Amino acid sequence: MKTQYRIKVLNRNQEFFCDKETSLLKHFENSKKDGVKIGCRGGGCGVCKIRIVTGEFTCKAMSKAHVTPSDIDEGYVLACRTYPKSHLTIELLNN
Amino acid sequence: MKKGVMRPGHVQIRVLEMEEALKHYRDLIGLIEMDRDDQGRVYLKAWTEVDKYSVILREADEPGLDFIGFKCLNENTLDKLNIDLIEFGCRTKELPANNLKDCGRRIQFTTPTGHTFELFANKKQTGKWGLDNVNPEAWPEGLTGMKAVRFDHCLLYGPDIEKTTQLFCNVLGFDVAEQVIDENNVRISSFLTCSSKAHDIAFINHDEPGKFHHASFWLETWEDILRAADLISMKDVALDIGPTRHGLTHGKTIYFFDPSGNRSEVFCGGDYHYPDHPTVTWQAEALGKAIFYHDRALNERFLTVLT
Ligand code: FES
Ligand SMILES: [Fe+2]
Repeated sequence: MKTQYRIKVLNRNQEFFCDKETSLLKHFENSKKDGVKIGCRGGGCGVCKIRIVTGEFTCKAMSKAHVTPSDIDEGYVLACRTYPKSHLTIELLNN
Repeated sequence: MKKGVMRPGHVQIRVLEMEEALKHYRDLIGLIEMDRDDQGRVYLKAWTEVDKYSVILREADEPGLDFIGFKCLNENTLDKLNIDLIEFGCRTKELPANNLKDCGRRIQFTTPTGHTFELFANKKQTGKWGLDNVNPEAWPEGLTGMKAVRFDHCLLYGPDIEKTTQLFCNVLGFDVAEQVIDENNVRISSFLTCSSKAHDIAFINHDEPGKFHHASFWLETWEDILRAADLISMKDVALDIGPTRHGLTHGKTIYFFDPSGNRSEVFCGGDYHYPDHPTVTWQAEALGKAIFYHDRALNERFLTVLT
């Protein structure tokens, strides 16, 4: 079985598990959890933006119209392009 | 009145990763890769198109639309339309031949909605892919995926639909085949044609300029749309909505996303338009049905998810 990382949602008091091959957005979509909008699922439209507060993750290419390199440094990422590499704490944004 | 603009000639789309994008446009939609240039752009076409290409992909760090090109009758038409565009208040720019591979000079301008368009009159013709021009067979073997028949139209989002509609009608000779008006009789969407198709280009009102909603490819039958939907599931492609029918133009359709988040459509059927046809009007209160004829309700994603 793939390693499951614990994802803690700060402003929701929620926890779920996600493996490194599943984007955070895909997890929200598959489990029908609300809190993140489902848009293009390709890093283009920006509606799924969240903030990673702690933990390691990888991102595939994202539109720089929605996240600049300095945004990424502060943990702002597009959930559809973000994959966990460790347990994470995340924050949902009011988008 | 016709002003010598013939048809949508090409669209240049920005993608985040070229090889991923090719899996979408070439392997899934079924366009044929025709060429590449030294900037890394990839040129593709649908099999019935006579010109060498209709879709150009450019790798960039922000997806979306670079420009849409319309093909005109001849070089004289280009010069005439250039003057008319300037008179209308557009700033135009001429790009030299071969700036796009095997394409003649192009006249570029920006619409009030904030989109870049261009006019050209010459592009290398390679003929329908895989078919002879004499005693041609019905279709070529070796097509992939959805086997797109032709690049058909784009839908764009931006402000000032009224001025943009005037530009397309008065300067470029398009007709408004269909429109959406709000409760104050203000036009919030125009579906414009320069042929007998229901739309060659369409606009929906939106605050942010220059946004790209979708590029659309024509398929022959409803069965083909269903098969496209099967492929979308088989390949785990991001689905937007469908298969369903539009009220506007009555086309049968499915929407999905490329790997960079640009929306694609494949559709079939729908209405036609001749210059003597009155404009078909949809009222804003029927917008749900106008866009999704079966659901009769708008989904937020259709209105807000753009590149
Ligand atoms: S859903 Fe469009 S950027 Fe994530
Ligand atoms: Fe369309």
